[in-house]
Amino acid sequence: MAYGNSDTAARAPLRAGARHGLKIVVVGGFGVGKTTMVRSVSEIRPLSTEETMTTAGVGVDDTTAVRGKTTTTVAFDFGRITLDDEFVLYLFGAPGQERFWFLWDQLFAGTLGAVVLVDTRRLEDSWYAIDRLEHHGTPFVVARNNFGAPRHTLDQLRDALDLPRHVPLVDCDARRRDSSKAVLVALVDHLFALSSAREPTP
Amino acid sequence: MKPRLDDEDPDRLYTITGGRSRVGGGSLDLVTLIVSESEPTAGMQSEHARILRTCRRPTAVVELSADLGLPVSVVRILLCDLLDAGVVTARHPRPTHSPDALPSPELLKRVLLGLRKL
Ligand SMILES: Nc1nc2c(ncn2[C@@H]2O[C@H](COP(=O)(O)OP(=O)(O)OP(=O)(O)O)[C@@H](O)[C@H]2O)c(=O)[nH]1
Ligand SMILES: [Mg+2]
Repeated sequence: MAYGNSDTAARAPLRAGARHGLKIVVVGGFGVGKTTMVRSVSEIRPLSTEETMTTAGVGVDDTTAVRGKTTTTVAFDFGRITLDDEFVLYLFGAPGQERFWFLWDQLFAGTLGAVVLVDTRRLEDSWYAIDRLEHHGTPFVVARNNFGAPRHTLDQLRDALDLPRHVPLVDCDARRRDSSKAVLVALVDHLFALSSAREPTP
Repeated sequence: MKPRLDDEDPDRLYTITGGRSRVGGGSLDLVTLIVSESEPTAGMQSEHARILRTCRRPTAVVELSADLGLPVSVVRILLCDLLDAGVVTARHPRPTHSPDALPSPELLKRVLLGLRKL
């Protein structure tokens, strides 16, 4: 299917009946393909914006214990998928590094779940993100974005990431729409399984 | 203070928000959809007028932020003015309960259906 954007600058507005905004966050280290994934499935060209956060002097790596408030600005990008007449899904590409910790609570509040994009050449970039998501209780899947042929099996990667068996781990090529779509489907399938298992509260 | 809107003005954000840094806009999620209930009026602050025009169709807070080139926190403040004036309404996302409260299987099924159609 053709890539959804026309040449016109104005993007298509949402349907008049759109009323439920949903969120999925794509996290991962620098250059791992977050924006690429958002672009490949989004119906609009990814937009970027920023959020200014006021943090009350609780910097994690700050040994001078600054009192008072610090303002920090974080840029992120996002895309959009119209699911039906009422539901619209927003995909956020968010930096996964520790120094953005203050953004995480906000981005993850109310999110359906997260995709952790992993570049196996820089596995350590993923650890913080996985740790944070587990801490938040945000459901997630891990997707290995392949830059060239993978050198390890997914099982080896699972071990290296110390990833529990119940967390789905898949391969993807973030540049391809069907591949990125499959990752999102894997996430929502996972959520569905979790939610269905919980549903009948005896 | 007199508004002096200018992209290059370092005080621009301060000017736009009238110096307020925090109002009740915290309840506006990034994906809250904003809808205009009336047309812009003459003399209205330009950002307010622009939001009203854009939101003739539902528009997420985060999209407004990208359109206006303003941080989300500033857009929330502008939206609070418009909500207070009753010229826009907000379609909030489903309330989020505790962090590990999952969406219902019905909702997720709908998301899956939409994704599969992509
Ligand atoms: N070979 C290959 N290249 C990719 C793939 N995904 C992304 N790239 C390329 O990798 C580079 C970085 O991708 P981005 O999508 O900008 O990565 P990002 O995670 O958004 O980067 P930051 O926002 O800077 O952290 C781009 O040049 C992409 O074209 C992939 O699956 N395979
Ligand atoms: Mg990016």
